[in-house]
Amino acid sequence: MKIAISTTGQSKESQLDKRFGRCEYFLIYDTETQEYKAVSNNGVSSQGGAGIAAASQVIDENVSVIITGNLGPNAFELIEKAGIEAYSCEVLSAFRAIEMFQKNQLETISSAGNSHQGMK
Amino acid sequence: MNIAILSGKGGTGKTTVSTNLAMTLGISYVDCDVEEPNGFIFLNPFIQKSEDVFVGYPVINEKECVLCGACAKACQFHALAKAGKEIVVFEKLCHDCGACQIVCKSNALSYAKRSIGKVESGTSKEIQCFRGILNVGEPMAVPVIRKLLKELSSEDHLVDCPPGTSCNVVTALKYVDAAILVTEPSEFGLHDLKMAVELVKLYNIPYGIVINKDDGKDNMVKAFCQKNEVALLGTVPYSMEAAALYSKGIMLCQDGNHKKNFINMAQKIKEAFAW
Repeated sequence: MKIAISTTGQSKESQLDKRFGRCEYFLIYDTETQEYKAVSNNGVSSQGGAGIAAASQVIDENVSVIITGNLGPNAFELIEKAGIEAYSCEVLSAFRAIEMFQKNQLETISSAGNSHQGMK
Repeated sequence: MNIAILSGKGGTGKTTVSTNLAMTLGISYVDCDVEEPNGFIFLNPFIQKSEDVFVGYPVINEKECVLCGACAKACQFHALAKAGKEIVVFEKLCHDCGACQIVCKSNALSYAKRSIGKVESGTSKEIQCFRGILNVGEPMAVPVIRKLLKELSSEDHLVDCPPGTSCNVVTALKYVDAAILVTEPSEFGLHDLKMAVELVKLYNIPYGIVINKDDGKDNMVKAFCQKNEVALLGTVPYSMEAAALYSKGIMLCQDGNHKKNFINMAQKIKEAFAW
């Protein structure tokens, strides 16, 4: 199973970014190989539809779980339709967020937040 | 002749200057600040015609779609995305470019139309009035502005532009022969005026500046005009009396002193634009 975390950096010590569409990176953790891979978020430089670009990217990476802060309406719709589970987490290092997910300590994101929350 | 009224900074008095100049010159008024057209509050025209503005968006035929995702990859605006067993369409993000239809090998994609706003026209006192209105929640104003300006007659028009220097203003400027930049003597006003001047220069059209809320002194905008040899076409004084008239929806040109001021301004504009 692959888990994507929205982050500000490329290592497992990097902090979680609560913005989904406008985060710098997605850190993707494979629970089978226990390896991390960082990918730059296509949404970050997008003029519009950042959440859609970011969601499409994690869907293409075949992840089963997303850990982030909030999901905007467009990203939420895509993630839900793709059957990916999304969890909300506070700002922590990426590996701590994964530990919390594995101990069932994170809450499911069950509704979309406001649009454009992640604009700087 | 079409004359654009633009400003850079919002709230400098584009609508005040354009409605009063249109009345003074006796030419038609066109409000293309379609996100919040407010010129009709002052001109209060009788609306004779109203037409919807339509834009296209893709529709997926699920029976033909093989979920290859080529349409989503082709879309530069993220209006299409593949999620699970579905291609999701975000119609508001669609720019109606047709790329998705070209790349679809299964003929599973067609275009439908939806209304994003309207274009209205009418008459007020002796002048023709036009405006575009973008529906609340719609992100793209350009199709409304384009329809409004494309269909204008060859007569003279004053085109009240949106604020800023975005696509909306760029589109409006494509349809004009001269430009008046309305500004105010403040740091913000001057900062955004400089951006508007840079934009107007790209069109190789004559332009000049009107200072609203003018303090009557040698202010920073006047210094800018002198330094850059830009024509100062007129000023509207900073006064409690002007503000009081405005707050009641009364046009300044209906008042004696202001009327003279706008007649002078109109004369200077005709000279500057050799019109």
